[in-house]
Amino acid sequence: MLKGRHLIDPMDLTVEELESVFKLADEIIENPAEYADVCKGKLLSTCFYEPSTRTRLSFEAAMLRLGGQVLGFSSAESSSAAKGESVRDTMMTIASYADICAMRHPKEGAPKVAALNSPIPVINGGDGGHQHPTQTLTDLLTIRALRGKLTDFTIGICGDLKFGRTVHSLIKALSRYDNIKFILISPEELKIPDYIREEILMKNGLEFQEIERLEDVMNELDILYMTRVQKERFFNEADYVRLKDSYILDKDKMSMAKQDMAVLHPLPRVNEISVEIDNDPRAAYFKQAKYGMYVRMALIMKLLGVEKC
Amino acid sequence: MLKVDSIERGIVIDHIAAGKSMKIYKYLNLDEADFTVAMIKNVASKKLGRKDIIKIENVLDIDLNVLGFIDHNITINIIENDKIVKKLNLELPQEVSNVVKCSNPRCITSIEQEIDQRFRLVNREEKLYRCIYCDQAYDPNKQDI
Repeated sequence: MLKGRHLIDPMDLTVEELESVFKLADEIIENPAEYADVCKGKLLSTCFYEPSTRTRLSFEAAMLRLGGQVLGFSSAESSSAAKGESVRDTMMTIASYADICAMRHPKEGAPKVAALNSPIPVINGGDGGHQHPTQTLTDLLTIRALRGKLTDFTIGICGDLKFGRTVHSLIKALSRYDNIKFILISPEELKIPDYIREEILMKNGLEFQEIERLEDVMNELDILYMTRVQKERFFNEADYVRLKDSYILDKDKMSMAKQDMAVLHPLPRVNEISVEIDNDPRAAYFKQAKYGMYVRMALIMKLLGVEKC
Repeated sequence: MLKVDSIERGIVIDHIAAGKSMKIYKYLNLDEADFTVAMIKNVASKKLGRKDIIKIENVLDIDLNVLGFIDHNITINIIENDKIVKKLNLELPQEVSNVVKCSNPRCITSIEQEIDQRFRLVNREEKLYRCIYCDQAYDPNKQDI
């Protein structure tokens, strides 16, 4: 049962629970009209202390398409956080108004603090460079839709693997599926954090390699997961400038890839995927954004415990 | 030589690294105690060279779990009728609260001071703890308890 639960870390859901969310998402995609009123009378609060387009709007679109309503704030400046209110106090207040909350915060662990003090389900919409579990649900649903299953593939994850919270969440979640090989492509300074390497990849005996050149492995990949080097995660502007153009996916690199490889990206992109790739049938990142809304619809339904009438 | 009498009944916390007894005194909230406590510093030790000892008289129900996190070399003797009736092996506690601070400047605890600093055990063999909020490891080499 997922009713009343929080989603803070991708590992909060078992593989079976994830599958139940994906199956519901499949049904919603198949017959959206049948779900148009299931959340009538329910309120989703979006507490976004950090700018976001996709995540906040996809949460809001998800709730509206389920017949529910939304309220919230989209920056710390427009909330009482600007007056110094704690996450705990904000959460306890929101819980008196809404039925479910999606929270994004620049500080790592803030949604966990909210969940520990909340009687309503809290969904982590991204916390600093830490975790982004609903992006992971999006990524998994996309891979599952494109490949038909979540096992037996080689995934290349490229870019900022140090601060990229989507990467950490994705590796954690994929570690529980069979026969997945990870190729981690990043500059030395942006390699995955030790805890992901040691406690997820090594501890579970997963096959992985860490390399610097994307060209060297393009022909091995079934999925290429590109990420942005995120300016907002750097304390030092010079480091950002030095590393921001480390990887750019263009037609030349795509010509080395398998014909059925899929390119994913959590978006927004800056310049790491050339726009000339957008019309390549292997580019799946805008489809991915759409799956993100459907998987959030399924998640909201599960956490609220509502079902199709 | 300074002499501190043995206790008839109570707890002796032995093999504390020299100089650390004051911290342990604090973590066990002994400063709030209304019973007799002796803290002995820099005692000669075959095992450690120098060590600290804390003796607690007539009290047996103190939660000592946090000591396993602070220093697993510490030994605990339970004394009754002038004799050691039990030696406790310290286990690593599953979670410690407000013992160490998270060193991650991106952690929510870095800006909201009233949040409990909680670390959970993630690897017993490696004695590895992580912040429950941001997953930052507690590194004893960088952070002195």
